[in-house]
Amino acid sequence: MKVALFIPCYVDAFFPEVGVATLELLERLGLEVVYPLNQTCCAQPMANSGCHQEAAATEALFVRNFKGFDYIVTPSGSCTHHIRDHLTAIPQTPEVTAVRRNTFELVEFLHDILGVRAFPWAEFPHKVGLHIGCSTLRALNEAKMSEIAGMPFSKPHALLSAVKGIEFVTPARPDECCGFGGTFSVFEEPVSARMGYDKVHDHRNAGAEYIVSPDMSCVMHQKGCAERLGLPLKFIHIAQVLNGARA
Amino acid sequence: MKRIDHAEASSKFIKAKDHIDFHDKRLWDLRQKRDRESESLPEWQELRTLASQIKEHTLTHLADYLEEFERNAQRNGVTVHWARDAAEHNQTVFDLLHTRGAKTLVKAKSMLTEECEMREFLGPRGIEVIETDLGERIQQLDNEPPSHIVVPAVHKLRTDVAAVFARTLGTDPANSDVHYLAESQRQTTRPHFLAAGAGMIGANFAVAETGTVVVCTNEGNADLSINLPGLQIASIGIEKMIPRIEHLGVFIRMLSRNALGSPITQITSHFRAPRPGTEMHIILVDNGRSERLGMADFWYSLKCIRCGACMNTCPVYRRSGGLSYGATYSGPIGVIIDPTFNLRKYAALPFASTLNGSCSNVCPVRINIHEQIYKWRQVISERGQLPMVKKNGMKLAGRILASPRLYRAAIGAAGTGIEYLPNFMMYNRMNAWGKQREVPVTPPTTFRQWYLANRGKKGKKK
Repeated sequence: MKVALFIPCYVDAFFPEVGVATLELLERLGLEVVYPLNQTCCAQPMANSGCHQEAAATEALFVRNFKGFDYIVTPSGSCTHHIRDHLTAIPQTPEVTAVRRNTFELVEFLHDILGVRAFPWAEFPHKVGLHIGCSTLRALNEAKMSEIAGMPFSKPHALLSAVKGIEFVTPARPDECCGFGGTFSVFEEPVSARMGYDKVHDHRNAGAEYIVSPDMSCVMHQKGCAERLGLPLKFIHIAQVLNGARA
Repeated sequence: MKRIDHAEASSKFIKAKDHIDFHDKRLWDLRQKRDRESESLPEWQELRTLASQIKEHTLTHLADYLEEFERNAQRNGVTVHWARDAAEHNQTVFDLLHTRGAKTLVKAKSMLTEECEMREFLGPRGIEVIETDLGERIQQLDNEPPSHIVVPAVHKLRTDVAAVFARTLGTDPANSDVHYLAESQRQTTRPHFLAAGAGMIGANFAVAETGTVVVCTNEGNADLSINLPGLQIASIGIEKMIPRIEHLGVFIRMLSRNALGSPITQITSHFRAPRPGTEMHIILVDNGRSERLGMADFWYSLKCIRCGACMNTCPVYRRSGGLSYGATYSGPIGVIIDPTFNLRKYAALPFASTLNGSCSNVCPVRINIHEQIYKWRQVISERGQLPMVKKNGMKLAGRILASPRLYRAAIGAAGTGIEYLPNFMMYNRMNAWGKQREVPVTPPTTFRQWYLANRGKKGKKK
């Protein structure tokens, strides 16, 4: 199995520890992981702003970096969503469609492809609020959405449940959008910040010490909100918890 | 024409803390009631599919059904008018009233007449229009457009309503009891019903096979508006058509469950023919709908039954208020309809979304709202309607992110990332990120640098 690691630009720049945890976790599970050194970004920032023309060269670079792998794994739901559903600014050659088809967000890769359910090295003795970003929730369908009736399920929760000592708390609106939204966070700053404040208050009121998430961009925003508000909340990516981080 | 600045308008809304708290909670409450209704009907998803299919079928045979509707309405003794746009609609209404000497028009709720700015047209021509829906009346008396298509004054607290009524209806400004306020509106509206020369309704549905106009209300004001005056007018957007009466059940089951989380509205009225000795007119209004029907990516928005579920679920709408969109239609459905009226004016609206997608999931007629929002952004960019700061920023970002060398130069050196990053990742709109949030701390190394140090160029564990 040829597995490539895609570390999104904002993780590369701001949260290298999330990339490290993702790589180490995949290695721990016995995979040989390749990190193509010329990778940059999936082109989502341009495409979500309507700028397809401006996204094309970055998308082409992405495909050059990641062609020929059986799986491309990334610790980001929204990047996976972009690659899978929206990487359309360049001609759809068989190479491009294969890259799009073979890209997986870390949790779905662990849960669906590898079928991992045990993380015996992991222990996280904290009260945890789980934040599943909207792309991960609705585009990747990793958990039941509150607006659609049916049996509850959650892939991130299923994986985290195998972690020793973890205790979940449930906010009043578990799948309300936190207001990051890419460039929305700056062009619609007033609403974005208000949504972020509401989100971190909701988690804090539920008794969370940590917010654990497969989506670091949401976390970057929520962390910034919590810090500004002075809320005693800590943030950590699900890859770090599954890789055995204790705090 | 001034462009709408949704961000600026929303910041004013957010500053009024009591209001935004109430607004968000009230609409979230409607969303939750809607959820409970959806959980109570095992066939919910099938109903959505069916409703969507009926609407798609109707819209793709719209000319036929409109003509069938016209024939049947005429057979019922109704006069049918066609209006290409808002101006023709308003002129038709004015001519009907003017030639009969009617000076007062009592009307039920209609987003179409808001869209046509009918009150603004009739007022200066000597026609007094009285909104008879409670929420619409509050908004009319406060000289504001409705902020929500189902609950028009939802952005107001009862104390706001007390102030408006005290100023305009002479009620006690200190009394904000909802029953007192509602009763005051009722008592002051009744005389208008009795005296008005003409009455007007909108339509929730128009049934082609019977020529019937169906209106769903909770206040009974539509019935009073049209059953008392001698001249009755129904203004109907052409997309309101459904083929047969048997299809109505699907929509009646969905409308109020999605709008308010109640199984059905208090009253579902079928208006078919004028009472003896009176006259009834129906105006079928296009006002951009035919053009929208021809848009490959966007015609789906015409399936909308105006339930407002997408607005209630929208986290952005709940925190910015309908008026911040500066358009007749706000919230998710608004941001995909408004640009069809004026792309330049409403170019900011498709960006007033996090693309979270809950709107598409709640839509009872399965409009792919968030996908249309995504597509509108492309249209806006391609037609040169993005703000220059954003367009230039995206060009720069596209160049940097397409080049491993430039990308690494931008984020590579420890401590320098933050000076460069906001320019293309977080984007600087007067340093918007840092206004209410802390900026992430730049770590000593990037992931790539860590990788090279710990795995080397060949990717071998050290």
